[in-house]
Amino acid sequence: MMDNHREAFKEEAHELLTELETALLELERTPDDDEIIGRVFRAMHTIKGSGAMFGFDRVAAFTHDVETVYDRVRTGKISVTKPLIDLTLSACDEILKMIDDTGEGEAEDAVITEAITKSFRNMLTAPEISSDTDIDTAPSAMATSNEPPVNRNEITYRIRFRPEPAIFATGTNPTLLLNELRDLGPCDILANTDSIPFLSDVDPELCYTGWDIILTTTRDENAIRDVFIFVEDSCDLHIDVIDEGRMIDSESDYKKLGEILVERGDLDADKLKAVLDGQKRIGSLLVDSGIVSDDQVQAALAEQQHIREKRQKRQILETTASIRVPAERLDNLVNMVGELVTVQSRLSQLSARFNDLSLIQVAEEVERLTAELRDNTMSIRMLPIGATFSRFERLVRDLSMDLGKEITLITEGAETELDKTVIEKLNDPLIHLIRNSIDHGIEKPEVRMAAGKPAQGTVNLSAEHSGASVFIRISDDGAGLDPEVIRAKAVEKGLIASDAMLTEKEIYSLTLMPGFSTATTITNVSGRGVGMDVVKKSIDALQGSIEMVSKKGVGTTITLKLPLTMAIIDGLLVQIEDVLYIMPLAAIEECVELTREDVAHAHGKHMASIRGEIVPYIRLREMFAHGGATPEIEQIVTARIDGNRVGFVVDQVVGQHQTVIKSMSRMYRDIEHISGATILGDGNVALILDLCKLAQQAEILEKQANQE
Amino acid sequence: MSKVIMTVDDSASVRQMVSFTLKDAGYDVVEAVDGQDALSKVNGQALNMVITDLNMPNMDGIGLIKALRALPECKFIPIVMLTTESQAEKKMEGKEAGATGWIVKPFKPEQLIAVVKKVLG
Repeated sequence: MMDNHREAFKEEAHELLTELETALLELERTPDDDEIIGRVFRAMHTIKGSGAMFGFDRVAAFTHDVETVYDRVRTGKISVTKPLIDLTLSACDEILKMIDDTGEGEAEDAVITEAITKSFRNMLTAPEISSDTDIDTAPSAMATSNEPPVNRNEITYRIRFRPEPAIFATGTNPTLLLNELRDLGPCDILANTDSIPFLSDVDPELCYTGWDIILTTTRDENAIRDVFIFVEDSCDLHIDVIDEGRMIDSESDYKKLGEILVERGDLDADKLKAVLDGQKRIGSLLVDSGIVSDDQVQAALAEQQHIREKRQKRQILETTASIRVPAERLDNLVNMVGELVTVQSRLSQLSARFNDLSLIQVAEEVERLTAELRDNTMSIRMLPIGATFSRFERLVRDLSMDLGKEITLITEGAETELDKTVIEKLNDPLIHLIRNSIDHGIEKPEVRMAAGKPAQGTVNLSAEHSGASVFIRISDDGAGLDPEVIRAKAVEKGLIASDAMLTEKEIYSLTLMPGFSTATTITNVSGRGVGMDVVKKSIDALQGSIEMVSKKGVGTTITLKLPLTMAIIDGLLVQIEDVLYIMPLAAIEECVELTREDVAHAHGKHMASIRGEIVPYIRLREMFAHGGATPEIEQIVTARIDGNRVGFVVDQVVGQHQTVIKSMSRMYRDIEHISGATILGDGNVALILDLCKLAQQAEILEKQANQE
Repeated sequence: MSKVIMTVDDSASVRQMVSFTLKDAGYDVVEAVDGQDALSKVNGQALNMVITDLNMPNMDGIGLIKALRALPECKFIPIVMLTTESQAEKKMEGKEAGATGWIVKPFKPEQLIAVVKKVLG
């Protein structure tokens, strides 16, 4: 890309030099023509500027002196003479050589260049020239892009930014500057609106607002000044360090409000003392007596707050990073929060019934607090999965040694957090899966080499959040699954009929069935025919799902999708007749109406057209054998199950409900499509539906119906 | 909708470089060869920003900035000038004429984008 630009520059320079020559010859004839002098100057200027930009540094350096001389000519300080024209013409030739430089005769050229430069410099130092003022050594705005050295300590600055009223006229947007400050670190910004006049006197093109910013950053003051570099001259800017970020010394608290105001120069010490004799809060006192404005007090208070928080945080960090609590207590806490959620929803319902404004207010407050409490409590139970991951390193190492394979385990997303109980129950299934990858998946080094793969195999273990779920992936670059072998095996074991039509995905899922094993020899690692079905059971118990993707010879990826938590979920409350059910909200996509007319159009097929897509649905009324008449308009709740859209028809959708999951008693444990129950606000019990199981069951029922 | 930036420079290579860099960063670019050309192209164009060289024939950068600031639609847009280091007083003159900021030549593409982000948001 850069070469392109260089070529473009070369071409342009050639043109410019030709034009320069013509101009110079013209200038020789009419030495006083300002227009021509301007042309010469601009040509030199462009060659210099662009040259440096495209890497022709020698050209730029050389042209600099020529340009400087012509700048003087332009301002009438040097007059055009024959020697000057001659010198410039030879300079043109030199520039041309430098641009087309192929590297030959460089030394010789350098001598000439040197001589020309010297001559030009001599002209500059000639007595008629005033002192040299225009080589500006001030630091340039953007030419220095290298990051300033990072300061380890967090320093808090007080920045007072008062732009000139006319600042908008230069196209400056102060909010962008404030945003840029925010990028430097945590920032408290307070607007000072004291100088805003009455509306009738406001000129909308002027800026009346100033800002007080308290910024905590690891960068130094120059980084802050850089933000304001373009407006330096058109604003009033003060930057002071107010907290060095060191350990807290003897002073326990940050300065008092009055001290801050005095230090800022908003207030003088005597006046403060006079006012302090009163008894009201100092802030309101000062405002009342009109010495400082409300905005100034607010800004100072913000500063106080900012520093206090910073110091507090540091103190907390220094003293206690974490505390250990018995897991039992946490479980108790979660249970109690669960009860509280139930009580809270009863309160909300009651308050809605009484329609008393003050009661509703309290109920809403309680609702907000409970939700916060719930989230907080849940997050306490969250643990990073990393500890589990690191246990597998050893497992992989030992197993690969046993089997004579070379395998590395790569883990990603160790910081992903999951509910403690989920993590505990995940350990065994993960061990199974990793064993499978190592034993069945990764081939022996010599086999791998023959297949053109690196001798060392990799098992990748990763975890990531996605909405209310966590994805855990185990992938290997091994032999992959062979659908034909799996199929043959399944037929042999009598799991499927020999003529069954199965998709690849369905074939892979056969491996999850009880009593299935593809390994032809049984090793002490895996292949005893237990394993995958155990994995499936554990994951099912966690309300999760398993997906397998594989390519023969390339590898296998198994994805476990797990809910973040198992104690409280967001649910959708639905109603059939007078019975209430809960559907987990995470899986639900939308709710649409199903009219009798729609049903009639479908000719008895349980299919609905939802925005052009045909969606099969399950009539829960029929499935659960509810009596009574079907209402005129029913509702379809659509959910995505294993990648397909499935609708569930209910009478009514009641609304969202925070669902505390209670497990069913032993009597009802075997009912597959009910995953639990919850207590509603009014004390009623609603069953929690397992949509995935429901869909599977409906499919089985339909197949049976078709066969009959 | 991507923002429109006008680059004004009599040097084709600088224009090409600026234009390429800006387009790469997702901006729309209008090119002009000098102040006069720029003004004629402003008409009917919704411009979000102007980047102009200072030394140009016909109408120079300072003249262009003044002329742009006189147009209601360009009164408050960011205008950045390209200067060389030896032009401290030009910088001042530009600011007085209403320039928002400046970029010192020679500059690298990243520096250009940094300034554009700074003034355009």
